[in-house]
Parts: sequence; C-alpha cells; structure tokens
Amino acid sequence: MKTAPIKTKVLTANRLSDGISVWLGANGEWVFSIKDAFLARHEEAVVAIEAAGKQALDDNRVVDVNVIDVEETASGPRPFRLRERIRAEGPTIDYAPASPARVSQAA
Amino acid sequence: MYRYDEFDHAFVAQRVSQFRDQVERRLTGEISEDAFKPLRLMNGVYLQLHAYMLRVAVPYGTLNSRQMRKLAHIARTYDRGYGHFTTRQNIQYNWPALKDMPAILEELAEVEMHAIQTSGNCIRNVTADHFAGAAADEVADPRPYAEILRQWSSVHPEFSFLPRKFKIAVTASERDRAAIQVHDIGLQLKKDEEGRLGFAVWIGGGQGRTPILAKKVKDFLPEADLLSYVTAIMRVYNLHGRRDNKYKARIKILVHETGVETLSAEIEAEWSHLKDGELKLPAADIAAINAYFAPKALDSRAEGWAELAAWKKSDPDFASWVGRNVAPHRHPDYGMVTISLKPIGGIPGDASADQMDAVARLAEEFGHDEIRVTHEQNLVLPHVALADLEPLYRALLAEGLATANAGLITDIIACPGLDYCALANARSIPVAQEISSRFGDPARQAEIGDLKIKISGCINACGHHHVGHIGILGVEKKGAELYQISLGGSGDENASIGQITGRGFEPDQVTDAIETIVDTYLAQRTGTAETFIECYRRIGAVPFKAALYGSEAQAA
Repeated sequence: MKTAPIKTKVLTANRLSDGISVWLGANGEWVFSIKDAFLARHEEAVVAIEAAGKQALDDNRVVDVNVIDVEETASGPRPFRLRERIRAEGPTIDYAPASPARVSQAA
Repeated sequence: MYRYDEFDHAFVAQRVSQFRDQVERRLTGEISEDAFKPLRLMNGVYLQLHAYMLRVAVPYGTLNSRQMRKLAHIARTYDRGYGHFTTRQNIQYNWPALKDMPAILEELAEVEMHAIQTSGNCIRNVTADHFAGAAADEVADPRPYAEILRQWSSVHPEFSFLPRKFKIAVTASERDRAAIQVHDIGLQLKKDEEGRLGFAVWIGGGQGRTPILAKKVKDFLPEADLLSYVTAIMRVYNLHGRRDNKYKARIKILVHETGVETLSAEIEAEWSHLKDGELKLPAADIAAINAYFAPKALDSRAEGWAELAAWKKSDPDFASWVGRNVAPHRHPDYGMVTISLKPIGGIPGDASADQMDAVARLAEEFGHDEIRVTHEQNLVLPHVALADLEPLYRALLAEGLATANAGLITDIIACPGLDYCALANARSIPVAQEISSRFGDPARQAEIGDLKIKISGCINACGHHHVGHIGILGVEKKGAELYQISLGGSGDENASIGQITGRGFEPDQVTDAIETIVDTYLAQRTGTAETFIECYRRIGAVPFKAALYGSEAQAA
C-alpha cells in the first residue's frame, strides 16, 4: 500500500531509572544518540514506533514518550523544534566542564 | 539556626522511608507513572529535558557549613559535580537518577534538610531576607517567624491540595530584600508605637503570566496572631480560589477578581473565629523558636577598620569587591559578604561541588558557620569581621568566587531556561552569559551602577523578569527563540511591574538591544547618582523605545 509522504519522525523518551534522554533505535532498543534512532518515513512506521513507545511505557522502561518530527541531514536526524535539538545534543552551555557524564547501561 | 527535634527527625526519616518504598515500587513497575508522578513531585523530583531534577529546600535561605558540605557531596556523588541555586533560595540538581533519590534524601536528612513541598499545590519554602539576623536596618530577625510558618505549613492537611502553589516571603526592614510584594503572602515584620512586634500583611502578589503587585490587607498584625491570620487567608483562598483554570488559580487572581476590600472582609470574618483559638502563638513558643536564632556573639574586632583602609588603598580590586559585595552589619566591626555566583560570562546561580566545599570552609573560618542563599542567586556570609575581609577575599579569589558585581549589570538572575527546563520556550543562560561578557569590564559596570537584569525562559517567570529593571522574557515564535524586553520593573519596597518595550528581539540582537538601553540611560541620567531605575521613572519609556526602534517607535 502506498501512503502519502510525511515528515520523518523518531520516537523519544526519558529512561525511567535515571531520566536520561533516549531514542528508539532500529533494533528496537533504546539508544543514547538521536543519530542511532529509527527513522519513521511513512505512516505504518509511525504507527509501529508509537506502539513500541506505548509498550515501553507499559513495561516501565521509559517515561514521557513522544514522537517528534525530524529533518534528515548528512549528519543524521535533526529535530525541527529547538527543544528537541537541545534534548538530543544536551545543554548548549558549557556546564560543569570537568565532570564526566554518567550515562551508562541500556534501558 | 533552627535544629530538628526528635519529632522533626522522625518525620523526615519516615518520609524518606516512604519515598524509598515508592521509588522501588515504581522501578519494579508495581506503580504506574501516572500514580507515581504526584508522589515524586511531593518530594521535589521533577522530570526535565535531559534527566530528573531534584529541588532541595533551603528554609528561608539559611545553611550551615555542614549542610553546604552535604550539598557539595550530593553534587559530586549523585550528580555531575555542581548545583544550581534558585530564585526561591533553593538548590536544584540537574542530573540525579531516580534510583538514587532515596539515598540522596537520606543523606539530606542527616543534615536536617529535605525536598518536601518544593513542588505541588501546597505552601512552598518560606523565603526571607538573606541578610536576616545581621542587617543594621531590621527591627528583628524575621527567620523565627519563617520557621514558625514552615513548621505550621509542613504537610498541613488542609493546605496540601490548594488551587495552586503558594509562596510566602518575610522581611523585617523598610528596605525589602525579599520581594514580598510579588508573593502570595508578603510579611513585613515591624514594630508598633509601643514597640511590640507584628506584621504588615500583603496578599495577592505574583509574577507568571499575570504579574500583579500584592495589596496590603493589614498594617499591623500582632505577632501572636500570625498563624491564625495566615490560616484565615489560606481558608478563604482554598474556598474561593479557582480550580477550573490553572492559569487563574493563584490568589492574585482571586484578589484581582474579587477586590481586596471584599476579600479582606472575608478574611477578617474567618479570622474572627480563629484569632483567640489554638492558633494563637504563645509568647513562650515564639521565644523558644527565637532562641534558635539568637544573635551571634560577635567579639569586638575594631582593628579591622584600620586594616581594611590599608588593604583597600593597596589593592583596588579588593576595594572594588568591598565596595560592591560587602554591606554594613549591625555590628560596626563586621560586614555582610555577598559571594557572587555570577562570574563574568558564567552561569548565574551555578556552583561546583568544590566551590560549595570552599564556601563551607570559609564560613567556618570567617563567617560563624552561617551561609545564606539569596533570591538573586548568590550566597552570603552574613557575619564577617572587617579584619577578616582581606583573607576571605583572597580565598574566594582562588575559588573563582570573588566577582565584585553585587547589584551591577552582570549580577543577572536567570532561570535554567530551555537548556534544562521542560516548561521553557527559550534559553535564558546563554543570553545572560553574553550580556555578562559584553558588560564584564569592571570600569564599565561601575560607570553604569545599580542595574538589575532578570531573564526568564518562559511566561512562568522563574527568572523574575517582571521585576527586573530590565526584564527579558524568552518566547517561541515560529519555532525560533524571540526575546521580549521590559523596562521599569522592581522587586523592592518600591515594587513595580516592567512594561514591554515593543517587538521582540532575535537571540543575536538581545545584547545589542541591552547596550542601546544602557547607552540611553547613560546619556539621559542627571548624573552618576541617578540610578537606572530612577532615571527610567523620571523620563519614562519613550526615549528608550526611540533608541530601540527608531522611526518605528515614533510611528507607533
């Protein structure tokens, strides 16, 4: 079935245990970089990632699940909204530069 | 300062234990997010853009060294090595894991701290003048009354589910350093003709999307009637405050829509049933709480006068720091030291764990073990001998904490904004950093003089932009950040709400616009003695608008 083109979408959430921003990867696992996110380019794919998000929410792996619009660029998916770009790239300020990030363990 | 009694310890410990169980059940999936969210919020745990955020209450902004060391330890152990001091005299951690929250709260309980009522529609942390107990101009220390209110309001069953959050601020001098007129209840401790203590009571102030200054409902409320009268206010608000629309649910809207005379009469009617009942504060109880805040026994250190003069003469940077960051203490041999958390180009209100440890150490060595958090996102050592100012300054300098800018253009309040906050529409911190860098030259700042810039990244106004001499509000327009500028706001005893200048500015235009405003002030002022806010009040907005918008302003 052929469907109308849509804006590319990715699924994002925050990991339940520590709140770290995550995106749904192509292998169905939650990943820490939007570059590794699965790109939903048609309606069926969007329905699928929405279902995956609901399941992950029900399974208590993530919270605050959202489908967001992205633009596909040479360096990877780029969210249209600044809010989502900041979620993807981290604070735009040089906070606590001496401290290592404490991201670990998959959701 | 106040020390927990057995009841307090047991209560906080029980609450930590309860929350530990709730977190464990959440992590195992026994309770859903919908069920858990109100529970975590009751314990100060928010979910922000990148991680959870924990807001820890610093009651009326008072800390001792042990507590500050614990805050540093938490930053280092459970977060990314820093914390953010807020406009409500609290501290926020931006990266703690949910699974670590019970351990963090347990550690806080060890030093008599918690995160209860730092969120939710309840009475929040009661704030106070950061110079309380030290200022030369106060009639008495306002903190015992803040503590009485804290004890009374903690998990108060009747006031735990109000129409909206509720903020109380207390000050004790004519000069308002606690911004009481933009609080739900503002209390000014004062004395009547007979020398008895009581309060001027203000209600219905607030910022957010509908900024309104508070109205005075009582010129003098005897101190014994504090709880009964505040209870009467809360009851009237709880009954009539709107619950159909969260944007119209604060008491300021009720005051505005009902009229202060009508509402005041209702409060009086309610109070008439309460004033002679169990809420009347016995003098012995007031005295007992006051005893915790007994004035520090400060030795005479008269040698500091001559030493200070000599040090200032030999080091202009030290002299500048003393001039801006040291205020007169009630004891002539002492000063109140503001430790600026606004390094030039830095992040307003942030302090690293190492800096927190340093402040704790210096408070012990030079400051009688007392530290304050200000609503302007700085720290204060309220009792420092003039004779100790020079070594203190040297130590602060080594820690990057000796910026001599208290009250100047680079002493900017900024909320976390879109770099962290889930509610924000635009960034605040980078805007503050760029302005700070542009105006960072000490001579230029000194020439400009007193000027308060306050920046919020959304209409909720955590950055107090409505009461900034220059206020900046970040909004989202067509997917991009845009910044509205307002002028003429003030959060002191001559409180006023700033007026928007006109169309907003794109991010790369904001600092230029601020410079235009500052240059206009410098050109228009009658002399260096006329501050920015005085000049604005004299000449109005027109010259500033003309400078900002040119012919566009004239046509408007």
